[in-house]
Amino acid sequence: MTAALELREVSKVYGSGSAEVHALCGVSLSVSAGELVAVMGPSGSGKSTMLTIAGSLEEPTSGQVLVAGMELSGASPNDQAKLRRRIVGYVFQDFNLLAGLTAVENVTLPLELDGVRGRAARSTGMRALEELGVAERADRFPDELSGGERQRVAIARAVVGDRRVLLADEPTGALDSVNGEAVMRLLLAACRRGVAGMVVTHDAVLASCADRVVFLRDGRMIDQTRTPPGPESLLTSGPQR
Amino acid sequence: MSVRHALLALLSEGPKFGLRLQQEFEERTGEVWPLNVGQVYMTLQRLERAGLVESDDEGGPGPQKRFMITQAGGAELQGWLRTPASDIPPPRNELVIKVLISLRVPGADVYDIMQVHRRHMIELMQRYSRLKTEAAQNDIELALIADAELFRLEGVVHWLDAAETRLKQHPVPDPAGRPAAAADRRDAQMPTLAAHIQGTAVRR
Repeated sequence: MTAALELREVSKVYGSGSAEVHALCGVSLSVSAGELVAVMGPSGSGKSTMLTIAGSLEEPTSGQVLVAGMELSGASPNDQAKLRRRIVGYVFQDFNLLAGLTAVENVTLPLELDGVRGRAARSTGMRALEELGVAERADRFPDELSGGERQRVAIARAVVGDRRVLLADEPTGALDSVNGEAVMRLLLAACRRGVAGMVVTHDAVLASCADRVVFLRDGRMIDQTRTPPGPESLLTSGPQR
Repeated sequence: MSVRHALLALLSEGPKFGLRLQQEFEERTGEVWPLNVGQVYMTLQRLERAGLVESDDEGGPGPQKRFMITQAGGAELQGWLRTPASDIPPPRNELVIKVLISLRVPGADVYDIMQVHRRHMIELMQRYSRLKTEAAQNDIELALIADAELFRLEGVVHWLDAAETRLKQHPVPDPAGRPAAAADRRDAQMPTLAAHIQGTAVRR
């Protein structure tokens, strides 16, 4: 199976000398296209650092990050920014939708920043909204949407176009457990369409929706779930996008 | 799980044969609480002796016997539905006992032991989450049962997390008399364990 996201011996050190903090220590993790991996660990275990490094928002101190087969560490800042816009999508706890743009405008923003023209961008954006079941809300502004709808729009924005990697940091934090579960199912469905997903969460119930759960402690990956959660493997990727 | 009250509840919908009761129980809860037909007939016999159900066949128990709930059975069911479950004294918790004992066993790494249990709980939770995902959208009964187990197991994971934080803040002295250094012991073992796991991850 293709590893769409791969971390090889990734370490991250903040500060120096006596103030040195080892946020990540030699973490290796491979996420396949079609797979959703949840990352669990206590505060300060390195979960968020791992996510930001995986998404090239931060450079590792050592080690390699490969996204869709491309190594990030050697890439120029420009190329990294391009990769972030085209290949990597993010879902944040507080949605991060722009209040002055409609749902579909929020979704198409990364495409337009990447030079996709208006009509083509809208059509791609509408497809993403349809996949998330909120196409009929396309022309509404964020404050006209419910919390669950806003998060669906945020997921649509994260997977719009030809994204290969979906990263989510506590994506259900503001929602109740049933709506949080619905968001996890949407993330899982998005992954099944050929995306590699990594979700950071402290919520064990939501983590259990993922195909695999990895455990971080003090910057180290100490363990991961080992058995497939059902009789047949969940790790088969769906039809490729 | 009270099988006798579950059977009374199924009979409150109308008279049913024993085999039908077993099938309906399995349909509604079977993936979580399987029940064999022998248990059903044994429970029905006890309920009949207690006057809570009656049958319309004087012969011995068998698939042809039809059971009905009595007025006393209906009252018993209503009373049971409104009676809170007794949690005093708390049920004996094997996991808590194992963690407490591991603190006193020389050479036992309590953090490692807790992680084994944490992973097991999450793997169990994955099965219940999978059950919900695969169930029909309108299968509310199954979703409610799976939720109950998920939240129970989540409570166990919460306890493990809190226990780990407490032990890090206040390490228990080593029973063999060595200085308390639980966190250091764990760190010393970490590279081996991490290397093993990461090797597994790369091979996947």
